[in-house]
Amino acid sequence: MTLVHWLIQAAYFIAAVLFIVGLKRMSSPRTARKGFYAAGAGMLLAVVVTFFLPGVGGATNLILIFIALGAGGVVAWISGRRVQMTAMPQMVALYNGMGGGAAAAIAAKELIYGGEPGAGAIVLAVVGALIGAVSFSGSVVAFTKLQGWFSALRFRGQNFFNAGVLAAAALFAALAIIYPGNGGVLFIFFLVALVLGIAATVPVGGADMPVLISLYNAMTGLAVAFEGYVLGNPAMIIAGMIVGASGSLLTWLMAKAMNRSLANVLFAGFGETEVAGEVEGSLKPIDAGDAAAMMGYANHVIIVPGYGMAVAQAQHKVWEFVKLLRDHGVKVSFAIHPVAGRMPGHMNVLLAEAGVPYDLIHDLEEINEEFATADVALVIGANDVVNPAARTNKSSPIYGMPILNADKADNCIVVKRGKGRGFAGVENELFFRDNTRMLYGDAQDVAAQLIQSAKELLG
Amino acid sequence: MTYGFVALYIFMLAAFTGYEVISRVPSILHTPLMSGSNFIHGVVLVGAMISLGTATTPLGRTIGFIAVILAVANAVGGWVTTERMLAMFKTSRDQNK
Repeated sequence: MTLVHWLIQAAYFIAAVLFIVGLKRMSSPRTARKGFYAAGAGMLLAVVVTFFLPGVGGATNLILIFIALGAGGVVAWISGRRVQMTAMPQMVALYNGMGGGAAAAIAAKELIYGGEPGAGAIVLAVVGALIGAVSFSGSVVAFTKLQGWFSALRFRGQNFFNAGVLAAAALFAALAIIYPGNGGVLFIFFLVALVLGIAATVPVGGADMPVLISLYNAMTGLAVAFEGYVLGNPAMIIAGMIVGASGSLLTWLMAKAMNRSLANVLFAGFGETEVAGEVEGSLKPIDAGDAAAMMGYANHVIIVPGYGMAVAQAQHKVWEFVKLLRDHGVKVSFAIHPVAGRMPGHMNVLLAEAGVPYDLIHDLEEINEEFATADVALVIGANDVVNPAARTNKSSPIYGMPILNADKADNCIVVKRGKGRGFAGVENELFFRDNTRMLYGDAQDVAAQLIQSAKELLG
Repeated sequence: MTYGFVALYIFMLAAFTGYEVISRVPSILHTPLMSGSNFIHGVVLVGAMISLGTATTPLGRTIGFIAVILAVANAVGGWVTTERMLAMFKTSRDQNK
């Protein structure tokens, strides 16, 4: 082992340590940023030493590397800087897909030019390529769906069709392993793998997208780890495997929070089934003035934000309103359901963007008992996560999902654009209860009206 | 063969590490964490650079070039988005400063 080679391997080792330490420190809000910088330093180190790796070089190759680094880096930097916080989930999906695509491309090159790498390496290269390619095309479709360019597409026999695509992908993966380096087989293999990613993502409903994005994130990690084995690069193996494991756990936690299995998310099509059952009672509207008064003279208000708040970009206005309430001595807390929004913690990020201190923001477990003693629960653009049917109605598609107990508060005010149903397509009996009032309108407009009223009333 | 088994141990230990690290994370950090782990698998850039750096044919270079572009987008995009999210987390105390 030459000195240069030794130094490079030492650098990869340090990078791996920094990744682990960084991820570990990201598990607390106070150290998260420093931890992330540690991971960034590890990445920079790993990338820089790769230039000195034996075999990497040649003027043409180096120039091409710099062009690709510059072009891809600048585009990603600008798009990442410009994207709205609300659109963050789809950007994460897109960047994640890029990583999966890169892993698949690495596999393609190794399978074509890799020579005789041994059976283990070929198997992992092909499996990694399959996972990476599915993650790539699937993430791109997820991105377009979350952007609102497409909605879930379902057709008769879709599961059979998808099973067929899966079988074809498995078949060509096997062929690619048996006949390594066969260009024709590889071409069809990659094509089928890409189709599989699209086919798997197309039927998944909007509410389930976070779970899917998390799953693709884990898959990309796994693909990176496998290609790391093929290239003999421990930094890739360790970083990829850590993401693969942590991402799988995160995916499972998210599916569990919705009380659904992963298979259910992928194949069942949440919200597509029409649920019978009428709800007793009527919807009782309230205007912003009365709502502001009700909250202004309350002791404790709990706010339940949902995707409606994100879509309307209402988080800043909501926080402004909350500050007025707090100045008036009202205790205000935010209650975040694990699957509110489009990613776990999506609401936390949006509220943080608006400047809400995170000690006002509480998880479901922390705050659910407090609803019983709260005067007002203000539900902003959330629906299924406060639907009591999840507790009682066994035929409901959301039955069993833990919900926020907004219905246990003395009063409940629901900010909603119209009378439509939530993503699950279920009527929400909470809206029909005697102590519930509906405040119709776009969340941002409503928040502005609330601010206005609160200023007149409490100012 | 030793390489295969050593790699197997690495796979296993890294998997446990990833599992352990995540299992104690409060849900407030789930989105930054997903985004952060998205950044970490951007290390695929190292592989993409090896791929392009060792290429000898036009097709090999093309594939390697695509790999580097995609990988650097993963790494840089993952960095920027996570950084932006983490920059926002403050406590009441920080705000009063």
